[in-house]
Amino acid sequence: MNTIVIDDDAAALLIIKKLCDSYDQVAVNKEFTSAIEAVKYLNTNSVDLVFLDIHMPTFSGFDFIETLKTPPKIILTTSDKDFALQAFEYDCVVDYLLKPITKERFHKAILKLDNAKKDEKLNTIVSSKGDADFIYVSVERRLIKINIKDISYVEAKGDYISIKTKVKNYIVHSTLKKIEDKLPSNLFLRIHRSFIINITEIVDIEDNSVLIEKSVIPISRSNKGELMTRLNLL
Amino acid sequence: METPNLNYIKEISGGDLDFEASILEVLKKEFPIDCLIFEENFNKKSYEEASNNVHKIKHKISMLGLNEGLQLASKFENDLKKCEVKLYEKFVEILKKIHVYLG
Repeated sequence: MNTIVIDDDAAALLIIKKLCDSYDQVAVNKEFTSAIEAVKYLNTNSVDLVFLDIHMPTFSGFDFIETLKTPPKIILTTSDKDFALQAFEYDCVVDYLLKPITKERFHKAILKLDNAKKDEKLNTIVSSKGDADFIYVSVERRLIKINIKDISYVEAKGDYISIKTKVKNYIVHSTLKKIEDKLPSNLFLRIHRSFIINITEIVDIEDNSVLIEKSVIPISRSNKGELMTRLNLL
Repeated sequence: METPNLNYIKEISGGDLDFEASILEVLKKEFPIDCLIFEENFNKKSYEEASNNVHKIKHKISMLGLNEGLQLASKFENDLKKCEVKLYEKFVEILKKIHVYLG
């Protein structure tokens, strides 16, 4: 995997690079002490994995993630425990390593990364976007067929997504981004960082939420305009 | 009382002496600068900035095996965000210890 490391601390860069040396699948191509420089690099270079420090001056690790349209896999590195919850809000985040990073903990992160890559191949989704009425998802080693029109909404839950249909709820190891790419855009819309909804299933809309079946789903301010233009308003 | 050590760095190095030398070189170069910037910001009462400086220093504290020092630095980092400075003396003691160790 083409890998970059971003950390404003030169010692941390050396340590992460050294830890990566033990893994053939991780090839560190470049290091950055500034996330802004890394964003510039990513404009012209493709990367599979980023080791990313969260706490950096002026432009944090989270700013970095928000900047990227299709972020690669990211392993966060930090001296703070406090960001763990926020970290896993992002589908691209594979793991969260607390400094000082031990060899054992680093090894676990690489295993998680390998599993995430395997799941990417196995998981979801056999149909191609927009031209099939169904998708297949991998649940407990079985491929299960779901009719796309039966999906009410999809919710991100850490490393998993929850696909809510009229009859059943499926928990799948995947990301919202991946399923979003497979769902027809005339029916489905992302209305929040953690939710994609079937817009034909909306029962009502309040200020910052929609009701689908009995679930109240939040709407991000940034997504509300797009939702309103898609509705058949009187 | 805990003292700085190279246990963590040696564990990561796996016997790679060049790596150990590189890390020590970086620490010797960066640590005094980090401390200087922290002192400047602290003396100016720029506590938010000083808190960021402590954050950067605390990784070096942890790399040198000072677990209690790391806890104190984390507390001090948070305190500074609230303009609370009572841990300053103890934090500076840790810095002095590292200065002596790095030579």
